[in-house]
Amino acid sequence: MINKKFYLFGLTIALLIAGVLSFYASSSPDGLEKVATDLGFIDTAKDSATSKSALADYAIAGISNERLSVGLAGIIGVIATGLAMYLIIRFIGKKKN
Amino acid sequence: MHIPDGFINIPTAAGAAALALTGVGYSVKKAKGELDEKAAPLIGLVSVFVFAGQMINFPVAAGTSGHLLGGALAAVLVGPYAASLALTVVLAIQALLFADGGLTALGLNVFNMSIFGVWSGYAIFLLVRKTLRYSNSALLIGSAVGAFASVPLAATSFSIQYAIGGEGTFAPSTVFTAMFGTHLLIGIGEAIITTLTVGAVLKTRPDLVYGKNKRAKVTS
Repeated sequence: MINKKFYLFGLTIALLIAGVLSFYASSSPDGLEKVATDLGFIDTAKDSATSKSALADYAIAGISNERLSVGLAGIIGVIATGLAMYLIIRFIGKKKN
Repeated sequence: MHIPDGFINIPTAAGAAALALTGVGYSVKKAKGELDEKAAPLIGLVSVFVFAGQMINFPVAAGTSGHLLGGALAAVLVGPYAASLALTVVLAIQALLFADGGLTALGLNVFNMSIFGVWSGYAIFLLVRKTLRYSNSALLIGSAVGAFASVPLAATSFSIQYAIGGEGTFAPSTVFTAMFGTHLLIGIGEAIITTLTVGAVLKTRPDLVYGKNKRAKVTS
């Protein structure tokens, strides 16, 4: 597969997973949360300083449609991750010369 | 697997952050030499794929879910140094934008997933692949076994952190047993997603797969 097609395809898959499939993710507690609840140390958890962020818990503040809210949050996350990675790689690459 | 703030005390979190920073710094230094025009875009794609994959919690047992860690997956596709960098970026974005994983706990999470998860998965991948003599199926089996093992191993890393600086008063052995057992199950999902993904890249662009061209140097 040629480069452009490969990366376009890969990015599309990531966007579909984060933007569409994410709505169908299990809402059960993850392994660590479950263990913390069962054993009883879940109460020691504190809210993160970013817990009031407009994107906290993969939902966009003010969008009540859950499907839209989590999907857009996922797409924003993919773009933010990709952008951060692009900038870091460029920065590191430059320092090399 | 993302530790929230408060589970582990600040001194332990700070210690883990120092270790994580050292590890990621070293990874950046080593990854630099590998960032050519061919490898760089795949590293970016792997990071967004891991971000997306980590959003998908799959059910593993009654009332419990798990999601991809992606450490072994990233290491096989782009090498362990770039993988550590990619996962660290994912964890930082999650903590900063989505309040997923604590801020003071970021060092703990980076250590467990970006360093311990990546390297344990990669080391096991190399060993299995070497044992099976470097065929394409050896690469896939190595990816599966490495991915599977990396999850309970990352959970073990958490258990050690909890034993050192947990804010609760639970016996370290109790925490370890519960964490290890639960994450064995999650490891199965990790193995499936990793093998399918590595298999897809191997089929379409085998030239891009870092782990394909690496011969095992790890002996333990």
